[in-house]
Amino acid sequence: MFSNNDSIGKTFFVVIALCLVCAVFVATSAVQLRPKQTENKLLDAQKNILVATGLLSGDNVKELFTKHIQERLVDLNTGEFVDMDPAKYDYRKAMKAPETSIKLDGAEDKASIKSRANVAPVYFAYNDGIESGKLSAIVLPIHGYGLWSTMHAFLALDKDGNTIKGLNYYEHAETPGLGGEIQNPKWVAQFVGKKLFDEAGNPAIKILKPGNAVATSAHDVDGLSGATLTSNGVQYTFEFWAGAKGFAPFLTKVRDGALNNG
Amino acid sequence: MASAKEIKTLVFGPVFANNPIALQVLGICSALAVTTKLDKALVMGIALTLVTAFSSMFISMIRNHIPSSVRIIVQMTIIASLVIVVDQVLKAFAYNVAKELSVFVGLIITNCIVMGRAEAYAMKSPPLMSFLDGIGNGLGYTVLLLIVAFIRELFGSGTVFGVEILPLISAGGWYQPMGLLLMPPSAFFIIGLFIWVLRTFRPEQVEK
Repeated sequence: MFSNNDSIGKTFFVVIALCLVCAVFVATSAVQLRPKQTENKLLDAQKNILVATGLLSGDNVKELFTKHIQERLVDLNTGEFVDMDPAKYDYRKAMKAPETSIKLDGAEDKASIKSRANVAPVYFAYNDGIESGKLSAIVLPIHGYGLWSTMHAFLALDKDGNTIKGLNYYEHAETPGLGGEIQNPKWVAQFVGKKLFDEAGNPAIKILKPGNAVATSAHDVDGLSGATLTSNGVQYTFEFWAGAKGFAPFLTKVRDGALNNG
Repeated sequence: MASAKEIKTLVFGPVFANNPIALQVLGICSALAVTTKLDKALVMGIALTLVTAFSSMFISMIRNHIPSSVRIIVQMTIIASLVIVVDQVLKAFAYNVAKELSVFVGLIITNCIVMGRAEAYAMKSPPLMSFLDGIGNGLGYTVLLLIVAFIRELFGSGTVFGVEILPLISAGGWYQPMGLLLMPPSAFFIIGLFIWVLRTFRPEQVEK
């Protein structure tokens, strides 16, 4: 068809044909694998919630999740429950879209997250199964900027909305071995039993220089050695999400007995 | 058809005799980033081997039709498509490792080894030979990555493939991990030492 490889016609033909073939190839694989990927993502999120509550045992994530965890949506401005289907709500998308979030700037934006969704999912954990009606923990999704990355975590609170039952950092890109140790179960275990708020209801978790935390204190936690900026990031994350722009309105309602009806 | 000996040189030559990282010093960037843990290094090595092998094969299949003015773009398109597919497959079947490797799988596109083999070998050789050449160079990369990752994981975190070998002080053991090994620059030192050892045993690799 073409006498010369370098003619303009041949060049266009080769490039267009190649692009079509590659496009079909890439599109097919992406579409074919999407269901499996979405399932993985969902499963991963459910697993991380279970880890935060300490309910995870073995590999039957899906089963445990449906048995023990109930998901609901909360309006962060008012602290009231929102009547929407949690399964259809994309929290990550909502926190970035201008119409479903509020902008944060300056002193307000402690955790350096720039914007915050108006509606956030919260998870209620029932150790004896949902139908028992005996609430064991409230799991809140929190995130904030560390040294290199936004660090995402699930924070499990006791039903008083104050005592920490578990913390699970599940997504971050901090330096492995230094800041990456926020994932270390031994470090995270320090948070268990601490109180999120002081008597006056202000955010009170204090991440101190390693070795300075007083074990008997209700709020002190040792920072990570060699990872001051990551530790600061965790500190700011707690300050923000326990604050007025975070889950404070919701947790105040929890302490006032909003959950007693069910 | 290639003789058995030729095939052997193609596949195993790049492991020590002509290692793409140690001799040609290509693909260093990702070698620094993904060698903190052995499982990451292994998956990365396999991904790169597959991409190099298949991109070399496809490029070689159409090498007589590639206009020389756009040959780099044509190579890049093929490589990029393969990398995207590998990334998708990893996300579907090895979600946890894919999450840790994150951006580095995508960066295989710019890995000099893949481009280097496409330009230097696949453009001039038949498909099967190019495929084997890709496998060989991928193997060379994988072996080096595994050596570096073994040293970094064992002495940096006290584990091998996530299994605890040296109990850390922070976990009640006796081993004080070397924090430096977890930082990217340490891979430079390890690769440098590896090149030194290799060239001591194979003096013909020393540049004059």
